[in-house]
Amino acid sequence: MKYLILIYSNPQSREIWNSFSRDQRAAGLRDYAALHESMVASGELIVSEALADPSLAKRVTSHEGQALVTDGPYAEVKEYLAGFFLLECPSMERAVEQAARIPEAAFGLVEVRPIMALDGWDI
Amino acid sequence: MGHLNTPNDVEDLLRSLSPQVLGALMRRFDDFDICEDAVQEALLAAATQWPREGVPANPRGWLTVVASRRRTEMWRSESARRRREEAAFASAPADIEQGAASDDSLELLLLCCHPSLTPVSQVALTLRAVGGLTTAEIARALLVPEATVAQRISRAKQRIKVSGARFRLPHEAERSERLAAVLHVLYLVFNEGSTASSGAALHRVDLIAEAIRLTRQLHERLPEDGEVGGLLALMLLTDARRPARVSDDGALVPLAEQDRGLWDAQVVAEGTALITHTLATAAIGPYQLQAALAAVHDEAPRAEDTDWQQILGLYELLRTIAPGPMVTLNRIVAVAMVRGPGTGLRELAAAERDPALHGNHRVDAVRAHLLEMSGDLAAARDQYRLAAQRTLSIPEQRYLASRAARLAPDRHT
Repeated sequence: MKYLILIYSNPQSREIWNSFSRDQRAAGLRDYAALHESMVASGELIVSEALADPSLAKRVTSHEGQALVTDGPYAEVKEYLAGFFLLECPSMERAVEQAARIPEAAFGLVEVRPIMALDGWDI
Repeated sequence: MGHLNTPNDVEDLLRSLSPQVLGALMRRFDDFDICEDAVQEALLAAATQWPREGVPANPRGWLTVVASRRRTEMWRSESARRRREEAAFASAPADIEQGAASDDSLELLLLCCHPSLTPVSQVALTLRAVGGLTTAEIARALLVPEATVAQRISRAKQRIKVSGARFRLPHEAERSERLAAVLHVLYLVFNEGSTASSGAALHRVDLIAEAIRLTRQLHERLPEDGEVGGLLALMLLTDARRPARVSDDGALVPLAEQDRGLWDAQVVAEGTALITHTLATAAIGPYQLQAALAAVHDEAPRAEDTDWQQILGLYELLRTIAPGPMVTLNRIVAVAMVRGPGTGLRELAAAERDPALHGNHRVDAVRAHLLEMSGDLAAARDQYRLAAQRTLSIPEQRYLASRAARLAPDRHT
């Protein structure tokens, strides 16, 4: 089973990060690196990426074959997607266990979504 | 010189020789991680040279010599710090080559399905070391990036090394447990192959065929083992229905609505003969019972001819020796077919209290089916919708949504 772990960012979490000392930040990044490494070691990690600031996002609307590009997303959005892990693991329980190790989970900013698969049940 | 000169022929030949060559090296050296890499390199060399220059007279010998030379080179470079006398290796290729082409695939399977590995790693390693597939082929077949597969394989080999597992058959007491892990991996490979993918199928190795090939090999090695025979029969009897399982537009067709004329009669006959023989001669087990169930379905010329009484009996037996949530649900469907949907719905309500079934979309799907049987179409539609919402399978979701839509002809949602 594949699961997508989504990590969100909000004003509170950004404020906490900004208030960190250099050492605290370095420790935070080390924690992330260790988490990443352990997911690789268990063979569960498929891909993980951090997303650039949402001010760099483009919103695309296609109309009659023409792409209309606007800066996005909306400025009033306070909470946005900051990164993700795509894992392959045996169960939702296991995916949740991994998600709980992400520092942002302490602020309720981590979500686990099961991935739809193409395999069919013999009905 | 052989006449197997098309790339596909060479590929098939290499895949069948791959476990033999690895087995030959393992009997001599017993260092799985290095031997496996060396065999991969020899296979790669053959895959590029043979189609161009022709297949050598003794392809297995050729591969074994190349692989063991490569293994020695690798071992030498790796053992710079753990010096040992190298004289033994100078003569190694000749020694190996003279060894009979014995069948080591069971020992290899047991090693690849070692209990120190996770199931995903067992699957990847088995496909490579026993199936002779490349990392890229495995990645495409499993729909994961090649780097992920490479990582799983190399970590798995490290774990095997650390665990100190040897290349030989485990003791009798341990053997059946270890063999059960092998069967489970082969079953996973088979199920992985059932992915109803359309566009990607062209460039994917057929994992169903691969699982059947490996299980057939194992059955030849262990003809007396009932569960090996049972698993092979189950795969054959399930795969025989493949042409009817998916409609032209890619939708999943339920067993009751399949065009049985599309089933592969020859494969059904082989599977039925195998399970009949196995049940008569071996100790019973869960794979045999599942194969027997598949055989009862496959023997019915029309869905309405299905012997549900016999299916119910087999599920009762399966529930005793290998209980599980899917057995519970399938048994309830059989109960409903024999004793009516009301009885089935009552049993379903009781079964749902099991935490393993609570919130499972298949409970909703079975309830929908039984409600439809009982004539309560509005409730059936709601349950189909709920099941469609909760499933993680795209073909299932399409199927369940279409059932819901069929029960609501006045709506277009």
